[in-house]
Amino acid sequence: MGDAEIIPIGTRGRPGRGSGNRRPSAAARSLVGGSGGKATPRRTPEGQEAVIEPAAEVLAAAAEAPAPDKGIPIGDWLQALNGAAREVFGDDWEPRLAEFLAFLRRRVTGDYEVDEFGFDPELTQRFLLALIRPIARRWFRIEVRGLENIPAEGGALVVSNHSGTIPVDGLMTMVTLHDHTGRALRALGADLVFQLPFVGELARKAGTTLACNEDAERMLRKGELVGVWPEGFKGIGKPYAERYKLQRFGRGGFVGAAMRTGVPIIPLSVVGAEEIYPLVGNIPSLARLLGVPYIPITPFFPLLGPLGLIPLPSKWILEFGEPIRTDAYDVTAAEDPMLVFDVTDQVRETIQQSLYRLLMDRKSVFG
Amino acid sequence: MGRVVLVTGVSRDLARQFAKNIADDPAVDRVIGVDIVPPRGDIGAVSFVRADIRTPVIAKIIVKEDVDTVVHMSVIATPGDVGGRATMKELNVIGTMQLLAACQRAPGLRHLVVKSTSTVYGATSRDPAMFTEEMAPRRLARSGYATDAFEVEGYVRGFARRRPDVRVTMIRAANVIGPSVQSPTSQYFRLPVIPRVLGFDPRLQFLHHDDLMAVLGHAVRTDVHGTFNVAGDGVILLSQALRRLGRPSVPLPGFALGSLGSTLGKAGLVDFSPEQQRFLTFGRGVDTTRMREVLGFEPRYTTAGAFADFADALGPGLHSPGRLASPDTVLSGVSDMLVGRSDRG
Repeated sequence: MGDAEIIPIGTRGRPGRGSGNRRPSAAARSLVGGSGGKATPRRTPEGQEAVIEPAAEVLAAAAEAPAPDKGIPIGDWLQALNGAAREVFGDDWEPRLAEFLAFLRRRVTGDYEVDEFGFDPELTQRFLLALIRPIARRWFRIEVRGLENIPAEGGALVVSNHSGTIPVDGLMTMVTLHDHTGRALRALGADLVFQLPFVGELARKAGTTLACNEDAERMLRKGELVGVWPEGFKGIGKPYAERYKLQRFGRGGFVGAAMRTGVPIIPLSVVGAEEIYPLVGNIPSLARLLGVPYIPITPFFPLLGPLGLIPLPSKWILEFGEPIRTDAYDVTAAEDPMLVFDVTDQVRETIQQSLYRLLMDRKSVFG
Repeated sequence: MGRVVLVTGVSRDLARQFAKNIADDPAVDRVIGVDIVPPRGDIGAVSFVRADIRTPVIAKIIVKEDVDTVVHMSVIATPGDVGGRATMKELNVIGTMQLLAACQRAPGLRHLVVKSTSTVYGATSRDPAMFTEEMAPRRLARSGYATDAFEVEGYVRGFARRRPDVRVTMIRAANVIGPSVQSPTSQYFRLPVIPRVLGFDPRLQFLHHDDLMAVLGHAVRTDVHGTFNVAGDGVILLSQALRRLGRPSVPLPGFALGSLGSTLGKAGLVDFSPEQQRFLTFGRGVDTTRMREVLGFEPRYTTAGAFADFADALGPGLHSPGRLASPDTVLSGVSDMLVGRSDRG
């Protein structure tokens, strides 16, 4: 605090003693006399800045002033537009805006490619990921570890724990992997996802496909980075009391798919997703009626209505573990249920152990 | 001695054109076209025999004409043309049964080529992204074209077991599209305002009309047996197709589309059967690896290419680039303005 505090001297043309009060004192008002004794209080907010930066004050005043009858000259409009564009798109706004318009034109004329699964890379990268990126960075402040375990190219199967009532963790893993490795995570989704209108459509465009062996193997053979959450609804729909306790890992189908295609399995442990919507209750009868796995009740939903849909801002850690190689197994390995169960357990155990370790590491839920 | 080819269903455009094409093949001696009604267009060197494949007459023709190749193309998709679903089923299923029974009794028969459809895979939310030939539909169709095609395929497989000396090739063609094709899909895209299912964007695959002709010809000439998916490369989404077409569309919830569809169907505008509606909800993709590697066929048009050819013939839509109502016109105007500005400044 070396700076000297600036104390305004004089009244700056206002009646009063320069005390900084909004209204002049009674004594000052009586000095003015005659005109009814009411001075208009200034409308600009009071404060240090306002005092030491008269130029800003003038600008603010100009902005508040009603437009003169003649209107603003067209040149000023253009200049303002230019300035605004510079603010939004940066200094090289013209080429960037032109490029953006070209993107829009491609979209409206349908001149873009989707792959056989319906993945629309352009839409995903330019729109969907951009939409959830601030949530990943600012809201959940995702910290990533073990990125060196993600191969730069070729097929790999990322196997993750699943939590958070709604599958936000999948989206966050997608955006995080894209931002750090530049690779698109092709998720395997439950069939419910593809039954739902809008959800299914967006999921396909974001690169998700149905979690079945045929699709998983097809993607892995194409050399994609595939993400799977083998706990499924048992994982995301488990009560808060059971947080970070891994559920059964499906039927181990993902291990079979990895073995048949010889790709490495990369265990991923996600810490933080359990706390975003603490699931404290369920309405099984309504869920059965609607044909969904569960109807979540959290401390804020449905109590606060739509507000209850805002996830709690827990701090997330994503840790990619060491890849488990499957290329050493021969072709018949995937047909050996005992071996498949063993590898499934190995993956599950790895994730469970690193979850416990990360939980010890973590300072607090919202840290 | 050259081959004698019998083509069923020649009153319809696809079969008629195929019969005409194959008649030009030097390896083929004679082509006999069979149907209940005479073909409307030019049939070239094809000799037309008016016969109902639902009757044993067909057996006599096969034996008398010494037919060695039968190309079965009379499984039809739209009930409208033949006067109702009951007739359609009769023609498709009983027709195929009779034809195959006749084929079984024909000692000279060597090849059977059946034009089937990828509709046999159905369309559900549980479908794999790409169907290979070994995969069964996730849900059996209960009515309509898909059931017929499924049953027809069953009879053809039965025939293949009973006559192992006959080479049987089944072509599961994706939705055939082309400037002159009349099919439920082409009718759908010809609607001035195209209804679609709200919240779903199906993946579509098309096979160009010329490629269907080529693959059937290829199947007649090449001695490869088995079942093959045939489709243009790649997929396009319905939304993408509509944008490329430049036609306006209205998204409707599934149930509303169902009732609108039946109204449109009664008006004869478009066939909107439940299975077509499922297809427009969930879409379908078929894997064409076997077509390439075993059958040795390479389609000339990709899915997008086939659709572009169809769209060209259809003419520009309301929202096509260049039209005033096109968002593209507005955007190109804005970007021209920008380019102009940066040129000057």
